[in-house]
Amino acid sequence: MTTSTNKLERIHLPKTAPSASPARAAFFAGAKAILPVLLALLPFGLAFGATATGSGFSSIEALGMSVFVAAGAAQLAAIQLISAGASVAVVILTVLVINLRFTLYSVSLAPHFQSLPLWWKGLLSYHLTDQAYAATITRFDAGETQEPDKRWYYLGTGLAIWTTWQVATMVGVFLGAWVSEGWSLDFVLPLIFIALALPAIRDRTTGIAAFAAGVASVFATALPLNLGLIGAALIGVLAGLATETLTGRSKR
Amino acid sequence: MNTPTLWLTILGAGAVTFALRFSFILLLGRVEVPSFLERALRYVPAAVLTAVVIPLLFYAEGSLELSLGNERLVAGMVAALICWRTRSVPLTLVGGMATLWTLQAIGQTL
Repeated sequence: MTTSTNKLERIHLPKTAPSASPARAAFFAGAKAILPVLLALLPFGLAFGATATGSGFSSIEALGMSVFVAAGAAQLAAIQLISAGASVAVVILTVLVINLRFTLYSVSLAPHFQSLPLWWKGLLSYHLTDQAYAATITRFDAGETQEPDKRWYYLGTGLAIWTTWQVATMVGVFLGAWVSEGWSLDFVLPLIFIALALPAIRDRTTGIAAFAAGVASVFATALPLNLGLIGAALIGVLAGLATETLTGRSKR
Repeated sequence: MNTPTLWLTILGAGAVTFALRFSFILLLGRVEVPSFLERALRYVPAAVLTAVVIPLLFYAEGSLELSLGNERLVAGMVAALICWRTRSVPLTLVGGMATLWTLQAIGQTL
């Protein structure tokens, strides 16, 4: 049985394989795998574009933020802070704290990109998002995608996300007020965060970190200079570390 | 914020974000991550994401509102339950929005 299928593959392979290069195939496989996630990204991007317009941002400024920052959660927080009159330093510091999680992804993806030239590392880093990370790391760690296909698979995923994000931002900017007022689509923001936060709570210590940060965030809104988010996150991290130290480090 | 300051903020936020993304992909094999930092980083996603979402729900109307009249808080709790049960982002979005629209419709007819 197995030998006959092997023979079949050997007969059919020369007909199909040369037409598409492996790099191309990996690129489109990555883009295709991310399609369901793009459906969830669309309303998020719409909400960002609409919120930006509603807060007095021009279309170029909104798109500029989507191109240069390319991280939805941080972008929305930045918009809210800027319209609340926060200083440049506080906005950038908040973006830094919200995006600190990218260093975790960076640690985890680094071994897979280690052999690549510097410009490839830079290009793939630019495309590092929650979605791109989540969609590729499991495959890479399981060895389902091998070098030299990893970079193409990851780039396909990243570019599909990037394009969706920019298009959704522009559509949100142009639909503007209609989107935000008529349908409460800005509520997509907290919903996206719920969907991101819950899987981040993996065990007791991360649960305590989240709980402490959540409780602190209710009271931290009173902090000056819009430093509430940073303060609450810090309390959460400290609570997690404290629990870990008190209960012993054995658990993961 | 005037236009040059705004662009400075956007570029600064972009540079900081890229540095975080590039950090370990660039540095792996060249520097050792301090173990304390590695341990602390483990709690960042859960802590930050929760600290972002909680005020958005509890202060939905601009001031602290802890009642069933806070439609966004209720819809957010429903969405969290859906997310916890299904682990599906699309279902969480659809469920949360549908709950919010339903509560708003009920609120208008009452």
